[in-house]
Amino acid sequence: MTQRQVFPPLSLHLRALACGRGGMVLVEGLELVVPAGTGLLLRGPNGAGKSTLLMTLAGLIPPLGGAVELAGQDGEAGPAIHYCGHRNAVRPRLGVAETLAFWTAVNGASGLGVADALERVGLARQARLDAGHLSAGQQRRLALARLLVTARPVWLLDEPTAALDAEGHGLLEAMLAEHLAAGGLAVVATHETLDLAGLRTLDLGATA
Amino acid sequence: MTIDTTPKMRWWERLAHPGQFVAWTTPLVWPLAGLTAVLFLLGLWFAFFNSPADYQMGDTVRIMYVHVPTAWLSQFVYATMAVSALGTLVWRHPMADVSMKAAAPLGAAFTAMALYTGSLWGRPTWGTFWEWDGRMTSTLVLLFIYLGIVALWRAFDDQLRAARIVAIFTLVGAVNIPIIKFSVDWWSTLHQPASVFRADGPTMPGSILVPLFIMFFAFTFLFLTLQLVAMQTEVRRRRVATLERKAARGEAA
Amino acid sequence: MSGFSALLRRELRLALAHGGEMLTLVLFFVIVGAITPFAVGPDQALLARIAPGIVWIAAFLAMLLGLGRLFGPDHEDGTLTLLRLAELPLAAAVAAKVIVHWLTAALPLVLATPILALLLAMDGETLGRTMVSLLVGTPALAGFGAVGAAVTLAARRGGLLAPILIAPLSVPVLIFGVGAVSPSGGPDQAWTALLLLAALSLMAAALSPLVAALALAWGEE
Repeated sequence: MTQRQVFPPLSLHLRALACGRGGMVLVEGLELVVPAGTGLLLRGPNGAGKSTLLMTLAGLIPPLGGAVELAGQDGEAGPAIHYCGHRNAVRPRLGVAETLAFWTAVNGASGLGVADALERVGLARQARLDAGHLSAGQQRRLALARLLVTARPVWLLDEPTAALDAEGHGLLEAMLAEHLAAGGLAVVATHETLDLAGLRTLDLGATA
Repeated sequence: MTIDTTPKMRWWERLAHPGQFVAWTTPLVWPLAGLTAVLFLLGLWFAFFNSPADYQMGDTVRIMYVHVPTAWLSQFVYATMAVSALGTLVWRHPMADVSMKAAAPLGAAFTAMALYTGSLWGRPTWGTFWEWDGRMTSTLVLLFIYLGIVALWRAFDDQLRAARIVAIFTLVGAVNIPIIKFSVDWWSTLHQPASVFRADGPTMPGSILVPLFIMFFAFTFLFLTLQLVAMQTEVRRRRVATLERKAARGEAA
Repeated sequence: MSGFSALLRRELRLALAHGGEMLTLVLFFVIVGAITPFAVGPDQALLARIAPGIVWIAAFLAMLLGLGRLFGPDHEDGTLTLLRLAELPLAAAVAAKVIVHWLTAALPLVLATPILALLLAMDGETLGRTMVSLLVGTPALAGFGAVGAAVTLAARRGGLLAPILIAPLSVPVLIFGVGAVSPSGGPDQAWTALLLLAALSLMAAALSPLVAALALAWGEE
């Protein structure tokens, strides 16, 4: 059973945003809006600042200038952002289902149940195994499953297709399509093509 | 959710910009250095030629004129660092972390000086170069804190990231220093029933006070001069680092 | 507070899954105590006199050794980043980790103290007092340790630097910890020391998660 979660109409506003690391500006003058139900594809060469931009949007790094604003957010609602970085946050000695149950408890059980989420990402048979037995691609799927157990409107994904096979790639596209259809928005940094409606592209190589 | 940071505070803009800071303080350096030199000459003359020898310790008491001001300065410099730390964290003043970084090795040097002179002074009094008396022990722990902070600065490649982390550790230290002093005093009364030497005797005739105060001012101005120069050096050092990074990325300076 | 208890359970589960490390810390504790007679001589009277101090130093060093596991693994696999984005405040997450750290690093040391008591000619009453003082004082060591670990997490060779930062802060804990044991000043003084030790632990328990959380967040930025 897929969860049809309707998110409130949020939009992500970047206002004259400058971001960077260590005092060095990597990207500046970003002015755009990501409305609900759409996605933004980040492209650019290595070092162009895709990861830094995603972390800035997530609030993990302060912007060097300008502002990031999530408009239309209900003050009562919890954190609105799912961030999926390069690392999977998967601990080898914990079980697959146990890991997902942990994130459900910490982030809130507003999405799929643990079993359903594992089914969705194709890890249902590995539920009782220790996560250390999973391959790199399977661990990536487990990281993606985390996005399913808690419903948050904003998805910030940094190279989500890393280590995924073709089937996993298709899974990601399906997950993104469902997320956007439910009114969420996503910013995805990737070198690969994503077959998805409602995606705009931002090329950071041109801005640098 | 709005994440908005504008690093510069409008009303501090003059002082806040590093280039402005260097320009604004450069004319101050030589006059301060001169004043420091004059105070030292005056203070040392008074200390050696115009103040009494102690009836018990003889001429060695004159080392008090270096020991007491440096001991006081070791705490004053930490207070400066703590205020700078607040400036970094609470008021977000851009020069605050430069001030904090510049003060740390200076504070360590003054603390080491206080320990060294205290040790020299202690030799004729205690018979050894080191006694675990309350004050010296607290000063030793303070030296370790200073050295730890200096090491902490050097352990970060990104000095801007280091700034807030060192600031919070400095404040943790500031809260703990009174606790450490209290505990060390408690401990020393446990193990040493007889108090050792007192930096200030039972009476303080004016002839001791005058050189002491002059030396206080001399050392304080020495610190202020060195602090200014160190801050300017740090600003320049960061500018060089930025230029190097830009050159590495192939951009124009 | 389901997130908090979930984190507690996970940390406990991970610590027990790496049970070998707990044993290593206990072994280190015992070894440090055990090698002291080689350094100071096996004179029973001397050992008995300095035994509480040795136990405290060994506990201090063992807790320093265990700090690497407090934030290191979570930092490496990205869990720390995700915890920053969770609904649970980072300070609460840190508090949960410090609590489990104390349960799995300090508590075993306290339980292993009788071994050292045997080796260092400690009498029964002193052993009891030492164990109580360790129970009361190790939370302070855990708190200061957490601050030191958080501050050095983003630094190069932070693991070497953390003990240097933590040691001066731990001086009062050592002073009152041993003071609560040694009866040289009389029972009143020992009681005072124990109360002061408890105050330190309460302060560290209350404030260190906040400080450590700030340092962790800033270290990632």
